[in-house]
Amino acid sequence: MTAYLKMDEPDRRNRLDSMAQGVIGQPLDRMEGPLKVSGTARYAHEWPVERLCHAVLVRSTIARGHVVRIDRSPVEAMDGVLAVIDDDRLLRNPAQGTAGKAPVQGPREIFYVGQPLALVVAESFEQARHAATQLRIETMATEAVLDPESESTDRERPEGKQTSQGDLDRAMAEASHSIDAVYHTPGHSSAAMEPHAAIAQWDGDDLTVHASCQMLKYNQEELADALGIDAGRVRIVSPYVGGGFGSKLGIAHDAVAAAIAARAVGRPVALALSRRQVFETTMRRSESRQRIRLAADADGLLTGLGHEALVSQLPGETFSEPVAQATHFLYAAENREIIHEIVRLNRTCAGSVRAPGEAIGMTVLETAMDELAVKAGIDPVALRKRNIPDKDPEDQRPFSSHMLDQALDRGAELFDWQRRRPEPRSTRRGEWLIGLGMSSAARVNSLMQAESRVTLGGEGVRIETDMTDIGTGTYTVLAQIAGEMLGVPMDRITTVLGDTDLPPGPGSGGSWGASSTGSAVYVACEEIRARIARKLGCRAEDLTLKDGHAITGNRSTALGELIGDAPISVRGVVEPGGTSKKVRQSTYGAFFAEVAVNDVTAEVRVRRMLGVFAAGRILNAKTARSQCLGGMTFGIGMALTEELIHDPRDGSIVNRDLAEYHLPVNADVPQLEVELLEERDPWASPIQAKGIGELGISGAAACINNAVFNACGVRVRSYPVTLDKILAEL
Amino acid sequence: MRPFDYVRPSGMPEATREASRAGSAFIAGGTNLLDLMKLEVMAPDRLVDINRLDMGECSATPAGGLRIGALVTNSDLAADEHVRRDYPLLSRALLAGASGQLRNKATTGGNLLQRTRCYYFYDTSAPCNKREPGSGCSAIGGATRLHAILGASEHCIATHPSDMAVAMQALDAAVEIENVEGQTRSVPLSDFYRLPGDTPQVETVLGSGDLITAVVLPAPVKGSQIYRKVRDRASYAFALVSVAAVVGVEDGTIGSVALAFGGVAPRPWRDHEAERILAGERPSDELFARFADEILREARGQGGNDFKIPLLRRTLIATLQSATDESR
Repeated sequence: MTAYLKMDEPDRRNRLDSMAQGVIGQPLDRMEGPLKVSGTARYAHEWPVERLCHAVLVRSTIARGHVVRIDRSPVEAMDGVLAVIDDDRLLRNPAQGTAGKAPVQGPREIFYVGQPLALVVAESFEQARHAATQLRIETMATEAVLDPESESTDRERPEGKQTSQGDLDRAMAEASHSIDAVYHTPGHSSAAMEPHAAIAQWDGDDLTVHASCQMLKYNQEELADALGIDAGRVRIVSPYVGGGFGSKLGIAHDAVAAAIAARAVGRPVALALSRRQVFETTMRRSESRQRIRLAADADGLLTGLGHEALVSQLPGETFSEPVAQATHFLYAAENREIIHEIVRLNRTCAGSVRAPGEAIGMTVLETAMDELAVKAGIDPVALRKRNIPDKDPEDQRPFSSHMLDQALDRGAELFDWQRRRPEPRSTRRGEWLIGLGMSSAARVNSLMQAESRVTLGGEGVRIETDMTDIGTGTYTVLAQIAGEMLGVPMDRITTVLGDTDLPPGPGSGGSWGASSTGSAVYVACEEIRARIARKLGCRAEDLTLKDGHAITGNRSTALGELIGDAPISVRGVVEPGGTSKKVRQSTYGAFFAEVAVNDVTAEVRVRRMLGVFAAGRILNAKTARSQCLGGMTFGIGMALTEELIHDPRDGSIVNRDLAEYHLPVNADVPQLEVELLEERDPWASPIQAKGIGELGISGAAACINNAVFNACGVRVRSYPVTLDKILAEL
Repeated sequence: MRPFDYVRPSGMPEATREASRAGSAFIAGGTNLLDLMKLEVMAPDRLVDINRLDMGECSATPAGGLRIGALVTNSDLAADEHVRRDYPLLSRALLAGASGQLRNKATTGGNLLQRTRCYYFYDTSAPCNKREPGSGCSAIGGATRLHAILGASEHCIATHPSDMAVAMQALDAAVEIENVEGQTRSVPLSDFYRLPGDTPQVETVLGSGDLITAVVLPAPVKGSQIYRKVRDRASYAFALVSVAAVVGVEDGTIGSVALAFGGVAPRPWRDHEAERILAGERPSDELFARFADEILREARGQGGNDFKIPLLRRTLIATLQSATDESR
């Protein structure tokens, strides 16, 4: 039995609020937490498999060219080596998120340093790793494009990604206050804790791959297409994922190469990327050059807004970092120009990394807004509040729900913003200059097609879907939705995830996982409630389900009794519809930070940081808060330390390990405060929830940079705000 | 990993004898060597494991100093009561380095011998004179944020990454070395490291089979001890610059003074000549500026690390100000 909902109309019933179990929204611990902290949650590379052998990828050391010859025989003769493989089907780049088909393949044509060209399979991992270092690959180098800002390189302006309204030049000329500045953000790596890894096993023509993936439905199709086999023959199992942050959206080198190798040697093959290979071969966030123009009247009301972005990508790839995604609707301004340009060059493939678009676009826009506030002598919070539009400023659609104003007010109150002294260098503690800064948060929201099967049996509830839990709390929030709807205690609910044999969902990405798959669970539960009501002969509205009992009128029946040995199993399907088009959907928030800048060394330390967020219904206050804490921590990294450093001569990533790619460490992260605002978004989903996963990073870095300016009076327009950039002007 | 032999000598003559065979390397904590072996940046044929040798103690010397066994771990050394009382600079430098887990394994001798963190040294596909003599230096003209402003050569611009060694340099430490004949010699830390010149692969005065058995600190001198490390994040990052200072002020003038600098040179940097500018003088900002000028007289940036010149200048002046604060 299938229950189906197309989200064509807003759902204002807020059904979850009228249930009786009282678990929805509760700050429950993650169900799988004990498995993870005790090391018993099994990750991709940890599955015990008989006769397992190991493969290691061999990289290109040139940026552009092709393979002339592979001297395979000396390596084939080495101890333990089973095969040297350079199959045409090996990936050149990983698949982009939701591609659903094979990414670009063919290892012989070389497009970036680090591109996998071949792999060595051996009995042991150590043998494979050593043999891989010995494989001589003769290449012919041709000229590479390496400078993302070279004037001589063509820039593409894709159709549909440019906006021009009114006359921005004139608005700039007539403005009382204006900003026209160029900013830079560096490349970033997802840097998930678990490296990409796969174990591939063939059983006849059927392939099973244990892998670390975010979007199984798409990954299954991508893998099958890459191998040239039917998707029905491919099963991907990924119950636990040690972080993804976008880098595991599409099928990557590990799974495809392991599958090819396993076929070639007739044995199961494990392939884990080394940390360096993760940096070199999985998606990077493109660096960007962004020009912002802001024109405002004497009161700080924006009359013009321009956002020009230049990002890079390999030739042939369709994805490009959607830098100005939130600029389209965040602030009102009659005259607008948004330009999106792409330069093709020979660096590791660019793809989705931690809130593609908003993470860097909002950061830069919000830095420029701070500059405008300073120039116009207006409080930064007030400037933002003044420019909140009442409908989408480009296409005039209404907003589904919009709490930026409330988030700004609440944040200012909690952070004691009124005590901020607007004049830089006003507060000093010894060598340290103290400053406060703020920024707005916004991230677009989407609902995706999702399915899940919910079974109510005598023992409890079972939820099944191919949805993944990448550390976000999926297991728990899906159980909370079902528990609330069906009145079943949490300890009697089992969530089964991460297997392509289960009903397909959109996976984890774009912050849509919980709201989309959660809606599918909800839809299934609504149908189960209707069936229970029918059994009891009452209307579904008059039915109360609580603690394993169905209550109607003054009659209470144990669910187990009611169901007997005929479990009710419903497949819930939700599909995006009219609400995705009729209204503009986004989440909002506000960031506040206090930093200290050392007046001698220009070191920056974040002293405290607050995020106030509105993302529709909060399904679990603890996992939602944790998502925000993670985003804000990455915001600290973006602001101060994280940067892919490319060698100017070959584009290679030189800092390709966690010692030199500086993610924030504990000592960089002060007490972070998160407040989640009460909100229901009827347009977003039948559970009134929106995506929260990426909101915490979308603009976060700007509040820190703005605080740096307030502390020391130096405006850094090139992220990350490392001490050398401040020192030059201190 | 390449196959290699592993031996675990039980005593001293055996250890140095084993290590004197071609292709051998000592292993103690292994916190750097094992990483380098996995990447095949270093590929010894034999590892001589010295962890069971009796070199894990700190003891007082007749001269009132401290003898630190080569196998004393960084954690233990940082926590040692004599170190905390008499050489707090060393304790602070140790705790500013690496992470708790690494400090639990890393040893005193191994810390001195850790290799540079130059990106290109770690990349076996890139030319590197330190890794493959004569192949060239990829860092010059590349990404140079980590690199040296002092003491570098056209063949190598790598920095020494240790914090501990910088503190020891300011404390006038000496390295105790036993050779394959069983003879012991003592080398001042100032003479222990060699500048790269045209042989950047030769980093110290150690000969084949030579084993560091201890580091000896002289009796503590009176004065302020400061270790100030400036880095790109608050922990778990190598120094962009660091300053180790031991400064004694008596009757308003600077008596004893020792300053060593990390993150800026192929070895912990110290300039005894320049220190004479300070000795016997009244502390003043003008004096400190003059000293900084002298220290940085031959400093040269590589582009990506040009900022280290003003950064070192500012940091060392501020360190001297703090060290002499009470007397000014």
